Amino acid sequence: MFSSSSLPIQPLCIRIIQPSNLIKRMSVTLQCPGYPEDTLRSLAERLPCRETQLATLLALMGQPDQYSYPSVFIYGHRATGKSHVVLSIMKDLELPHASVDCVECVSSGLLFHQVLSAFFGPDAAALLPRCPSLSDFVRLYKQMSSNSPATQTRYIILDRAERMRDMDFSLLPALLRLQELVNDNVTVILLSEIVWEKFRPNTGCFEPLLFHFPDYSKAELVQILSWDHHPSYTPELYASYINILLGVFFSVCRDLRELRHLAVLNFSKFCEPLEKGEAKESDIHKLWKNIEPHLQRAMQTVYLREVSSVQWEQQQMDEKEATTLRVLSAHAHIELPYYSKFLLIAAYLASFNPARTDRRFFLKSHGKIRKTNFLKKHEKTSNHLLGPKPFPLDRLMAIFYSVVDSRVAPTASVFSQISSLVTLQLLSQVGHDDQLDSPKYKCSVSLDFILAISRCVCVCVRLLDLLALSLVIQSQVVRQERSLFTAVSNLHLL
Amino acid sequence: MFNAAEMSEIPLTSSVSKGCFVFKSASKKRKRHVGVEVLPSLHQLNKKVLDSLAEFIKKHGLGCSSDNWRQRARETPTAALMLGVNVPDHAMTFRSLCNLLQDSVTPFVVSVHAKECAAVKLLIQKVLEQLMGRGVSVDEEQEDDTALLQRTQCTISALCQWYKTVTKSLPVVVIFKDFEAFNSQVLQDFILICSRYTQELPFIFIFGIATSPSAIQHRLPHSVSSLLCIEVFHSLSRTQHLASVFDKLILNSQFPFKLSSRVIQVLVGIFLYHDFSVQNFVKGLQFSMLEHFKSQPLSMLCCQKQEALLSAKTLSKKNVERIRHLPSFMRYVETQEPQEQVQLLTNDEHVKVTLLFHNKLHVSCIEKNLWETEEYDSALQLLRILAKDELVAALRKCAEILKSTKILQNVLQQLEDFIGRLEALEGVSSEDSSGNGIISGKMEYQRTDLFQLQKTLLEKESRRTKRMNPYEVLRSQVIEFIDSLVREYLTPAELQPLNEVCYYSSSGVLRQRLNVTPRTSIQAALSHPFYYLQNESLKTDAGTISSAAPDLCIVYKLHLECGRLINLYDWLEAFLTVMSAAEDQDTNSEECGKYDSLKHARFIQAVSEMEFLGFIKSTKQKTDHVARLTWGGC
Repeated sequence: MFSSSSLPIQPLCIRIIQPSNLIKRMSVTLQCPGYPEDTLRSLAERLPCRETQLATLLALMGQPDQYSYPSVFIYGHRATGKSHVVLSIMKDLELPHASVDCVECVSSGLLFHQVLSAFFGPDAAALLPRCPSLSDFVRLYKQMSSNSPATQTRYIILDRAERMRDMDFSLLPALLRLQELVNDNVTVILLSEIVWEKFRPNTGCFEPLLFHFPDYSKAELVQILSWDHHPSYTPELYASYINILLGVFFSVCRDLRELRHLAVLNFSKFCEPLEKGEAKESDIHKLWKNIEPHLQRAMQTVYLREVSSVQWEQQQMDEKEATTLRVLSAHAHIELPYYSKFLLIAAYLASFNPARTDRRFFLKSHGKIRKTNFLKKHEKTSNHLLGPKPFPLDRLMAIFYSVVDSRVAPTASVFSQISSLVTLQLLSQVGHDDQLDSPKYKCSVSLDFILAISRCVCVCVRLLDLLALSLVIQSQVVRQERSLFTAVSNLHLL
Repeated sequence: MFNAAEMSEIPLTSSVSKGCFVFKSASKKRKRHVGVEVLPSLHQLNKKVLDSLAEFIKKHGLGCSSDNWRQRARETPTAALMLGVNVPDHAMTFRSLCNLLQDSVTPFVVSVHAKECAAVKLLIQKVLEQLMGRGVSVDEEQEDDTALLQRTQCTISALCQWYKTVTKSLPVVVIFKDFEAFNSQVLQDFILICSRYTQELPFIFIFGIATSPSAIQHRLPHSVSSLLCIEVFHSLSRTQHLASVFDKLILNSQFPFKLSSRVIQVLVGIFLYHDFSVQNFVKGLQFSMLEHFKSQPLSMLCCQKQEALLSAKTLSKKNVERIRHLPSFMRYVETQEPQEQVQLLTNDEHVKVTLLFHNKLHVSCIEKNLWETEEYDSALQLLRILAKDELVAALRKCAEILKSTKILQNVLQQLEDFIGRLEALEGVSSEDSSGNGIISGKMEYQRTDLFQLQKTLLEKESRRTKRMNPYEVLRSQVIEFIDSLVREYLTPAELQPLNEVCYYSSSGVLRQRLNVTPRTSIQAALSHPFYYLQNESLKTDAGTISSAAPDLCIVYKLHLECGRLINLYDWLEAFLTVMSAAEDQDTNSEECGKYDSLKHARFIQAVSEMEFLGFIKSTKQKTDHVARLTWGGC
């Protein structure tokens, strides 16, 4: 069905070179035949810092009645205005379009349904059979479009297109050349945060036009954020506030939506000296001194959602009481039954110690083991970097009995505690085959957590020794892991 | 949960004695009493946190229109409800939460369970069903509408449309009962989808979290958790919860049924060591009560005072005889005058009279705190170092308790006297600054734990015996008085005559029933079949195998001798040898080695039963071998 007549199209990549100064960008005038000029002007005003993208998109779309390129793939980071720009164009220019968020489409049927009902009304969508296949959709689309052929290009906008990869494998290639399949003037616009290379199916497909939305620069962020200034203050004041805000947050966050959220949250605090009459609007330095530590604190709490925005506001209101909010991760303590704690400790030891060393650690009269080749080389390197290893139930129970300080009957409740630890996701079961078939588990809690637990359980010194002994070997590794972890999380923030 | 207890009552009727029929109704009453008593108490406990939750939802339900900017950020208000690790206990909390919300805030409450929501589709379906199903059931077009639901797409946008037709502008509350068990991808998707509709559809989430709030951050990435506006709500800790149930049920004089200290230890042990489940604790309490009424015919006297007196008067001859055989009663008889003894042992009426008398005494004893006898020493230690105002307060409390009982009037008198003297001391002790300093120093110690406190106390006591200020002199007097008082009145319950009537003491039975050991019992059954089958021919010495034992037992015993891998052929051979050992005497040896297809089949069946029980499994390492699953490697 893919006609051979279509030319082999090279992936066409359009990269927009950032114009260096704002003035030049503002002077870009949109001139697209076929669209009303005043609408275009208002559109350009509503989409600051995205004029070039807007212009390119409009150029790609061509005049409304012309056939457009079959599929366009737009990618860029979160909150770089992809869907906003595309949907604004569609809405303002009143183009026929179907906007679908792929997260919502738990089945491809839902996608077909939404597209058909957007183009041809809900009655057409109702004609779809119960579990519509792709060919059902194409057939129905053809049937409908033959009744009402497109006078303007129809657009299907698929947001969060990366979800498409989890759907039927033939869906994405088919949608990419839908124009050909249904013989209609239709263009599919895919919006995604990840690059096209991660989409391309093994069997190959029609290459869409690639179009990148770059991140906003700092100056652009200032310009956009300054838009929603407070009516009772001058725009200049708000702009300087935004500058201060970006000075704190720009290194960790470039997400426009988050920044805007933070800006609104903290503005009242910024204005506090003004309202009290302690400072004037021109006193930027004083204002900065006032707000800077506050913003630093916000970065560690409300930005990470350790404290909810409502609580944050509440705290700003009654600042005088200096209530320190308990952040979310501060409640790390978990109340567990006595034996569950020991089970968890045993599971941790079983997960991170090689099984060979059990005899040495847990037997009171272990034989002499020569120290030199006690641990094999690969075991020495990285027990924590490799992550927890699965262990059988027998081993867990053996370690448990040697760790716990009193005699414990192997009662049903001890075993049911293991399964409840699995439900709490403190342990995880490896392999979901038959329970009778010697189940294997992994310990999925961190070293800090285990240390906290053993600290509150440990009346017996032996256990502490044991933990210390088995951890000494790993401490080197743990330190490495920590630094790595912080590095990774920093990377993530950037 | 109370139905289960009701069902287990059936075997009681097998008892023929008339007394049993009397107590049956009594026990039923009592049991219901437990139910009635506990339920409101649990409600009361959670009331505070539930009320604050309802407040939270009300606030967000109303406020959503006013603060516009949050709409822009698409934050969904979310309550993280910390409930402690015992998940089965949560059901009741959520039920009352649902009822509370539906009554006072919004009719649109949905609660979902992780088990039913393996995919986003199912989760959305669940939400839609519960919301729209409830809405249309009023219109008597249920059938049509459910059909419609199947026909219309199962999406949140469909829900949006439905919500517009309802137009009550009340929030939609979605309760995730077991947050940890949810697939994180499902949760993320659901939150993403819902956040798209926050403008039209004011969602509020409640996460029921068993571990800690950081579970949210572990499960959801920043891009999703930034869509939530999370507030944490803590419910009572499990131990506090248990303590209040304890106060309500066990340390309550209204409630004649008592537990001996050993039984309490078993129940509390199960709670602390194993499950943290208040529900299980109450069940254990109910179970011990049933056991008590079932096993002790005299328990018919264990009821409210009036009823007990009434039934004591009408005791049958048999039951009076039973009383005479009670160890505690015999002890009591021994302490009496010889003439009295004869009377007690012969005259039924006399027994009844004394019984009435004792009943009275007994009740008064129970009214005091049972735990004081057990932790008496530590309590006394604590009293010794109490600062004055605390001592006065404690004594006042005692006096109040005593006032209400009307029995120990003279004690009350003395207590009040002490209080008066203590108050009079006020002026004197304030002058003695050094003494006060020490006392206040000790107050600080009190906040640290008891052990440390005792240690320091002992040190100080030895150092400071020379100089005592008047307060301390008086304090020691008070303590002596209380000590003598306690020794006089609070004798251990086991020593009281007729304690068997009210105290349930068979902790062994309770442990056996509530804290079962399936593995041990299977092993016992397999290695000592006599234990369960009670067949004389199965009695053997330890270590030997009787050929009369069931095939499974023989196969089990043989497999214990093998290592991790068991050769099936060798096993069969050994089995045949054991089987033929019995026949060996009367048959000749040539038949012995022969393959008997019947025996072969019995062996195969026994082996497959072993596999079913989880002792062995087939292995790919060697085709004619099976692998042991229980300690085979060691």
